[in-house]
Amino acid sequence: MELLYFAWVREAVGVGQERVDPPEAVYNVADLICWLAEQSPGHAAAFADPAKLRAAIDQRFVPLDTPLGDAREVALFPPVTGG
Amino acid sequence: MIRVSIDPAPIELAMELAALEERGAGGVASFTGVVRGDGGVTALELEHYPGMTDDALCTLAEAAMDRWSLLGVTILHRVGRMEVGERIVFIGTAAAHRREALEACAYLIDRLKTDAPFWKREWRGDAASWVEARASDEAAAERWQG
Repeated sequence: MELLYFAWVREAVGVGQERVDPPEAVYNVADLICWLAEQSPGHAAAFADPAKLRAAIDQRFVPLDTPLGDAREVALFPPVTGG
Repeated sequence: MIRVSIDPAPIELAMELAALEERGAGGVASFTGVVRGDGGVTALELEHYPGMTDDALCTLAEAAMDRWSLLGVTILHRVGRMEVGERIVFIGTAAAHRREALEACAYLIDRLKTDAPFWKREWRGDAASWVEARASDEAAAERWQG
């Protein structure tokens, strides 16, 4: 699946976009965040605290307990601050 | 009629208001967000989720059109870097009467704060920090539920 990162999540990871192939045990968005945290020191910094993160699957906001299913694009980011 | 735009270019207020007046409405309401210079802020930088932002704003505009009797909705959001005093966001609503226009305008800016994928970074000279979401914005958006 394609991952997109925004704001400080993007800065901590070091890239705005990457393709990953998580193991089958990674069932929902929260699992994905835990798995990503183990991928590099930058990922660890970005994904250490899931409570600070929000997500979108295929460009729709979702709670972190949402199953990934056959998601093509998952975005991870801090709470939005527009307007 | 819905107009949504996400653009680095400055917001032309007079032109946008005139376009809403041309809808033949009896009332036009608007909200303009401007970069504040509080706490030594010298500029703001707005990042967004390009694939999603346009849809999110159109969905909001459609929800307002369903809820109130409106003749026009305009939502403009700037992205990129803005100096203190520059416009960040513009919401305009046109309706036959003031109540619809004013309520829909308040609804749109409250919901935009929580429902559209934008992130703000404040610059103070050469130092930058990401703005944290505020619980009061969540509460303002939630009062429109139901």
